[in-house]
Amino acid sequence: MSGTITKVSGPLVVASGLADANVSDVVRVGSQRLIGEILQMKGDSASIQVYEETSGLGPGAAVETTGTPLSVELGPGLLTNIYDGIQRPLTEIRDATGDTIARGVEVPSLNRKKVWDFTASAKAGDTVRPGDVLGTVQETTAILHKIMVPPGVSGVVRSISGGKYTVDEAVAVVRDEKGNEHQVTMMQKWPVRVARPYKHKYMPNRPMNSGQRVIDTLFPIAKGGTAAVPGPFGSGKTVVQHQLAKWSDVDIVVYIGCGERGNEMTDVLMEFPELKDPRSGESLMQRTVLIANTSDMPVAAREASIYTGITIAEYFRDMGYDVAVLADSTSRWAEALREMSGRLEEMPGEEGYPAYLASRLAQYYERAGVVECLGTDSRQGSITAIGAVSPPGGDTSEPVSQSTMRIVKVFWGLDSSLAYARHFPAINWLTSYSLYVDTLKDWYDQKFPGFMDLRDKALAILQEEESLNEIVKLVGRDSLSAADQMTLETAKMLREDFLQQNAFMDEDAYSSYDKQFRLLRLILRYDELCRQAMDKGASLEELFVIPARERVGRAKMILPGQYEAEYDQIEQDMKSEIQKLSAGGEDR
Amino acid sequence: MIREYQTISEIASPLMMVKNVEGVTFDELAEIELPSGEKRRCKVLEVDGDVAVVQLFESAQGINLAGSKVRFLGHPLQLGVSEDMLGRVFNGMGEPIDGGPAILPEKYEDINGLPMNPSARAYPAEFIQTGVSTIDGLNTLVRGQKLPIFSCSGLPHAALAAQIARQAKVLGTDESFAVVFAAIGITFEESEYFINDFRRTGAIDRTVVFSNLANDPAVERISTPRMALTAAEYLAFEKDMHVLVILTDITNYAEALREVSAAKKEVPGRRGYPGYMYTDLATMYERAGRRVGKKGSITMIPILTMPEDDKTHPIPDLTGYITEGQIILSRELHRKGIVPPVDVLPSLSRLKDKGIGEGKTREDHAGTMNQLFSAYAAGKEAKELMTILGEAALSDVDKKFALFADEFEKRYVNQGNQTNRSITETLDLGWELLSLLPRSELKRLKLEQIEKYMPKKDEE
Repeated sequence: MSGTITKVSGPLVVASGLADANVSDVVRVGSQRLIGEILQMKGDSASIQVYEETSGLGPGAAVETTGTPLSVELGPGLLTNIYDGIQRPLTEIRDATGDTIARGVEVPSLNRKKVWDFTASAKAGDTVRPGDVLGTVQETTAILHKIMVPPGVSGVVRSISGGKYTVDEAVAVVRDEKGNEHQVTMMQKWPVRVARPYKHKYMPNRPMNSGQRVIDTLFPIAKGGTAAVPGPFGSGKTVVQHQLAKWSDVDIVVYIGCGERGNEMTDVLMEFPELKDPRSGESLMQRTVLIANTSDMPVAAREASIYTGITIAEYFRDMGYDVAVLADSTSRWAEALREMSGRLEEMPGEEGYPAYLASRLAQYYERAGVVECLGTDSRQGSITAIGAVSPPGGDTSEPVSQSTMRIVKVFWGLDSSLAYARHFPAINWLTSYSLYVDTLKDWYDQKFPGFMDLRDKALAILQEEESLNEIVKLVGRDSLSAADQMTLETAKMLREDFLQQNAFMDEDAYSSYDKQFRLLRLILRYDELCRQAMDKGASLEELFVIPARERVGRAKMILPGQYEAEYDQIEQDMKSEIQKLSAGGEDR
Repeated sequence: MIREYQTISEIASPLMMVKNVEGVTFDELAEIELPSGEKRRCKVLEVDGDVAVVQLFESAQGINLAGSKVRFLGHPLQLGVSEDMLGRVFNGMGEPIDGGPAILPEKYEDINGLPMNPSARAYPAEFIQTGVSTIDGLNTLVRGQKLPIFSCSGLPHAALAAQIARQAKVLGTDESFAVVFAAIGITFEESEYFINDFRRTGAIDRTVVFSNLANDPAVERISTPRMALTAAEYLAFEKDMHVLVILTDITNYAEALREVSAAKKEVPGRRGYPGYMYTDLATMYERAGRRVGKKGSITMIPILTMPEDDKTHPIPDLTGYITEGQIILSRELHRKGIVPPVDVLPSLSRLKDKGIGEGKTREDHAGTMNQLFSAYAAGKEAKELMTILGEAALSDVDKKFALFADEFEKRYVNQGNQTNRSITETLDLGWELLSLLPRSELKRLKLEQIEKYMPKKDEE
């Protein structure tokens, strides 16, 4: 089926003679066979968004429809790879066309030549349903890739055998009820704009350990939850996203660089292979899929990139894995949506964004969650979706931030004034929130009794600091009572010695729950002991300068394996130092 | 195929409609010939059936609907590149205006370039010593970075940019470098300031200038930076040079973009700027960088003046979201007479962490940098409190921080435009200032580094 172009306006192309094409079909445009997608049909003319630069395209050129919607290839070979927004492998494109991305490159998403070692776990004669595991491939040292019966196929396995296969060779034959035989390969195709099916969705109730103290302790996120990280430029959104991609205790990470800087993706590409997962000891790249549609790459493909990313995530979720999808940044995605909407001459909503912005965002985030996967073994998988938001001028009253905040359950608000003071991660403890605190409380109470009480206490102190600071600004610090001055001091310790975490120092980049718990306990213990000593007449000035206090300030740098003993030691010394002071106070 | 039409149906500067065209393609370059024989250039913005919407790069003055001809050239706007461009001055369309001979191009390049494959990028990690403490010590520039200067009208951003261009070097290397300077809608005086400075230091022989001054056509400003970057890409990635690109002033560029967008009757985004301004700016800024296996690099310093000194205005805002940090100039420091008036706290270099430390600058660089930042922030806060409540209300520690903030501005920031400080001098000065503070406050420094670098006080 082919038509001809009648109009070209940037990435939007209108072609006539496409009466038989479907909305959302992928089309090939012009002699360079640029990839596009049909957005609207009017009579026999179709409005097409082209995923590549349209320079040099004019009326009269041919448009050919493929008859299938925009889809991704799912199978072994996804991990460690870097793709553009429509799943073209960037490393292989580089081999084909050099340092820049030329147009009309055709490279299959999954390497067709690579041979994988398939181990069959089903056997001939088994009755299988969609989602049932037929066998496995050790895709990377960290991840066992499960080859599943694709949705829509069920019946009796006629033949299956382990051995060496490429992704497009059949590993099994399944005969359905009607007697049709399906060749099952290790590769599935799935349209990106359709969520992959599952059996049930559950409420998230396990926390995702990010290793970041301000997140895990104050504003935790559940596996299967959703979170947004809004902040003005320079407030460290990307560093927060990178930290989550590095240290989260999930099986698979899909990192979507959506309209952001090229060097940030290069950074991930260079750094991740070197870093070790603190739990498995394997290289972090072994569990990572990268989608890079940087800001200078075509804007239409940017719109598709988040769907490409989450579809890949759903595929791994279906294997029963915990997956984290990080999108940086959803604002750039929304801008791409706005640009296409403008070219389609749709009626604009707020700030020029299309009226369907909020519903599209909601659809995206709703693809996260804890589910029981298809298949008879009732395995569970989860997708945790975390999106950065880049509000213009840092003002979150704009449509993208507002629509996002209505959906997500965790909000890590970044603050430029914290960033200026080099307090990183610059997550503002007053504006941020997590709605998972209540559902996760059981988990915390079971594993770390008392942790949540300490958290509440710490938050209360930080809240109180804010109101006390107002008073200090008016009348000065000296006019505060000793107890209030103590609160300010503890709040300072919480901020500097606990919440601040240096992503670029190996000692500090990752904190386990246990370390977070003990460090927080240590700081609040100091507060408690000081208050007791104050009651006995010890002077504040002296309490603030005891040697143990400086040691608390450096405590976060103590390595795993040493900190337990070291923290206990600091606590002991702190106790005796404070006791000396309070004893002195009584003598006077 | 010669495609020449006399069918201009409408002119609304800078746009033009040409009817009954055939075989015209999007983004194609065209030439318009006036009855007088004068030629001006334009490009295709949209083709709908047999109607082409064409954007003029120059003024529409004197164009006659009946007597003018439009010739479509079959390729996008190109720049002929050659090594002979060094030392020459071009206008915003890439034509020589210095009276010298025409360039014999080695080849022609599309000025829009192609997006760089993220997997072909090499991460910028080579420290550039600019000799300016606030940059070297706190907001380190590395090769291949794009680091804009956010200025305000009336502030000496030109002096700082010229100082960087003059002093920038990579320690221990002697590789060939070049400067590409794009004047985008700035005044003759500002442009001459740069060119004179290049001349004075002899850098002019290694410099390519693309000049679109304030009285040149505004639409030409859209192509000026792209011309400059095309030349820079050629010198960097084909001739192995380390190229420093200075683009000034991006605000004028954005305004030209808005002008064209308004003429096209597009739905405006914030403050009337087009919704695609982020993408448009990104396709320029992202051309900076390094490539795997290539010797050369493009380091970019765009300069922009923030309208109303407002950092949240769309131009600085979108720039900040794309570039790898920003150097912000402050009117307050300028009034205090501090030169260069770099506002340290909101300034940032995102790539500094990979360019500093042992083997690159010195092991103590990261620690002192963080400590200076947080100490200066604490000092400023203390000073603010002091203006409200008086000095007596401050604690002893706060007083020390306030003193530190003053000394920091006076000695560290205020170095003048002619001083070229080595990184060792900058780091040592940092330690000297930190010695004003009590040791228990220096939590961001490693103990062994305090022992090693902190100047010992003799009197104690």
